[in-house]
Amino acid sequence: MNIALSCKDIVVEFDGFRAVDGVDLELARGEVHFLIGPNGAGKTTLVDAVTGLAKYTGSVVKDGEELRGRKVHHIARKGIGRTFQTATVFEALTVAQNLDIAAGAGRSPWTLLRRRRHLPPHVRATMERIGLGDRADTPAGALAHGQKQWLEIGMLLVGDADVLLLDEPIAGMGHDERETTGRLLHDIAADRAVAVVEHDMDFMRAFASRVTVLHAGAVLASGSVDEVSGDPRVQEVYLGTAKEPADAATA
Amino acid sequence: MNRFLQTRAGTWTGFAAAALVLFGLAPLLLSGFRLGLLAQFLCYAVVAVGIGLAWGRGGMLTLGQGVFFGMGAYLMAMHLKTADAEFRGGPGAVPDFMELAGIRELPAYWAPFSSPAFTIAAILVLPTAFAVLLGLAVFKRRVKGAYFAILSQALAGAFAILLIGQQSLGGFNGLSRFRYFFGFTLADPVNQRMLYFIAAGVLLSVVAVALQLRRSRYGELLVAVRDAEERVRFLGYDAANVKVVAYAVAALFASVAGAVFVPIVGIISPASIGIVPSIMFILGVAIGGRASLVGPVVGALAVAWAQTALSEQFPSAWTYAQGLLFVLVIALLPGGIASIASVARRFPTKRTQVEAAA
Amino acid sequence: MDLLVGQLLTGLSTGSILLLAALGLSLTFGQMGVVNMAHGEFIMAGCYTAYVVQQVVGDAGVSLLIALPIGFLVGGAMGLVLEALLLRRLYHRPLDTLLVTFGVGLVLQQAARDVFGAPAVNVSVPEALRGGVDLLGTTVPRTRLFIMALAVLAVTAVALVLRFTPAGRRIRAVTGNRDLAETAGISSRRVDAATFFIGSGLAGVAGVALTLIGSTSPTTGQSYLVDAFLVVVAGGLGRIKGAVVAAVALGALQAVFETYSTASLAKVGVFVVIVVFLQLRPQGLFTLRTRSLA
Repeated sequence: MNIALSCKDIVVEFDGFRAVDGVDLELARGEVHFLIGPNGAGKTTLVDAVTGLAKYTGSVVKDGEELRGRKVHHIARKGIGRTFQTATVFEALTVAQNLDIAAGAGRSPWTLLRRRRHLPPHVRATMERIGLGDRADTPAGALAHGQKQWLEIGMLLVGDADVLLLDEPIAGMGHDERETTGRLLHDIAADRAVAVVEHDMDFMRAFASRVTVLHAGAVLASGSVDEVSGDPRVQEVYLGTAKEPADAATA
Repeated sequence: MNRFLQTRAGTWTGFAAAALVLFGLAPLLLSGFRLGLLAQFLCYAVVAVGIGLAWGRGGMLTLGQGVFFGMGAYLMAMHLKTADAEFRGGPGAVPDFMELAGIRELPAYWAPFSSPAFTIAAILVLPTAFAVLLGLAVFKRRVKGAYFAILSQALAGAFAILLIGQQSLGGFNGLSRFRYFFGFTLADPVNQRMLYFIAAGVLLSVVAVALQLRRSRYGELLVAVRDAEERVRFLGYDAANVKVVAYAVAALFASVAGAVFVPIVGIISPASIGIVPSIMFILGVAIGGRASLVGPVVGALAVAWAQTALSEQFPSAWTYAQGLLFVLVIALLPGGIASIASVARRFPTKRTQVEAAA
Repeated sequence: MDLLVGQLLTGLSTGSILLLAALGLSLTFGQMGVVNMAHGEFIMAGCYTAYVVQQVVGDAGVSLLIALPIGFLVGGAMGLVLEALLLRRLYHRPLDTLLVTFGVGLVLQQAARDVFGAPAVNVSVPEALRGGVDLLGTTVPRTRLFIMALAVLAVTAVALVLRFTPAGRRIRAVTGNRDLAETAGISSRRVDAATFFIGSGLAGVAGVALTLIGSTSPTTGQSYLVDAFLVVVAGGLGRIKGAVVAAVALGALQAVFETYSTASLAKVGVFVVIVVFLQLRPQGLFTLRTRSLA
């Protein structure tokens, strides 16, 4: 297995409350790794920690390099990209502009100060890949909900992220859009590590290569879909709060 | 029309038309006095272009542009005063206002300003460097929005009070009564006309720089930072640096405007750069359209013209008008005049949508 | 030693003035994110309220006691009108409210100039508050002591209202989490109006008190406003506790700077200290919801 990112003993504390409490996690290239768990289990906080937004103790190593204490934009440049529960794109700019900005974190000041003559080829290719090839000049604010989420994923792809942390990428999508997104995730995971924070159990069953269940800030179980769904502790957590995942799925 | 202006040919046409008006028509039609007023207004417009960049495109509501305007103005005024003094009393002579205040020795920090080259370099570098330092201190710590606006305003207040306390900078009265501008007599109408051409040239160059910044990849990035700063950071950019550039460019524009303003108007004092004058720079930008390129220029010219035309005859009514303009434009037409066309276009479609739904 | 005590008392006194001016701002800025630049003009309205009441009543002591509650009502009423007519439409545009309320402030200033004239007017200080009191070896003017007491009273009253009354609990709920409070059935619109009434009323009270130590002109309020905002910035969002600490600290700082340099350098010093302070503690000053960045 080709481990891209490995987290050891991550602890995130807010005013004495341990939102993430000693989590170990490894993300491998070639896998779509689902992080599931009830509300407040610490899934998003874990993503916040890895991407440099939340302070933590422990260690996050990508390709042999320790990332703890690095600034948000440094971590992003190391190839770790994330999305947000509410798709965050630059609504006043066009799809092409959004992707071009995302592709350009390494540009020199001189390049930045000039006009863009042509869209870089890999940006155009990604635009096709996320199904927005014919929307290059559409303002991102005018896109449909699901298209914004694809655009945000596309922005990570053109930015050469090879660890993608996606926070509820199918929230608010219809059935067909979910299928497309699931296939897209597997497609891009071919040479990348993809982690997905999700509430939707059907989606998880259909597309997860590996699942980690978080509960109360700690890892409850980890393994394949079958291993995890057969785990009695996982069933207990989900039966005990049986309504929650269902609620979240419909929300 | 708009689409045409965005092409290369359109851009050149626009600049040619502006140059024709500023360099051809205006000097032909306006008397010397009015041309002088226009030159003064053009300086305000230069400040406005910078504010449009920082606030309209970058989302940084800078309420302290008077600080940078004042820096440029005082730096230039110091050169003019030392040059005047040297002309009368030889090297090292003390400017007239210092004699009156009982200062016999030229303070050490005044001495380098007898050099024109040093002065021009200082006008270009000092305010910009100060803006970079302040910007780094503030934006790196992610102080933004209203906090940044309040800090920039407090800076303007502190700067004006600091100047009032400095007798060697003329204190409350500021610096005035300049005779020569790089060797040219300011009283000569020909030279006054030259100053107008300088102001017009500066405005055109500043607009050209702003245009290039807007159309560049940096310009797109700046808008991205304005609308979703954290997203930009998570894409691997240091968003603070992006903001600092726009803030520093706006400071540079304001400084140059102040430097040109001084020989044209003949006085600079703390009263014209404090909290209230600083926020007044915003009014024209808001009216013209904060996010557009030409809007701030038009707005600043219009406000300055109205101020001159109305404030002496109807001081009370003009203040009410200013206040109400702030309220009405910001609340009802946040895009300013520049957005009227698109607002008007949107109205009928809205109605048809409602009708279609009903 | 005497010098230190003297400075401390001056600092406390300056701080309590700042606090009176900033307390209401801390409420409105903290809860709604509204930067109300007209707050200074509400203070000015309080000053003129004291002046008018004294013209009618005559006796300085009685008029002060009457003017304090009336000043609260005048400031509060102006705040209610401003909130209902303008700010309610602009809550999602905090920077724009700053400019809109600045415009309102300009109009109010000019209105005061037209009604009361541009020259400053004076309110006479009650007999009981004239002269000074010897305290720890220095003499403190009684008016300053009165303002300190008033500041303490105002902070206590606000704290008690926020803690123990139903309205106060609603205000705290909305400050803490607007959306959650709304799902819990709290009408944030009414709470906003109530907050604005109290916050602006406090500006009126501050204005009445300020007539004891200075004359009143149409620009009186403006001169306090920037300092008051700095108190709120340094104190942290919507924290009464923070406002108290920041006001006293800034007051003391200003007093110390003024002792060792000039008043004009003191302003610059305070500004530098705040920028440096923000380097160390920007935490209280920005909020970030990670789940959505919108």
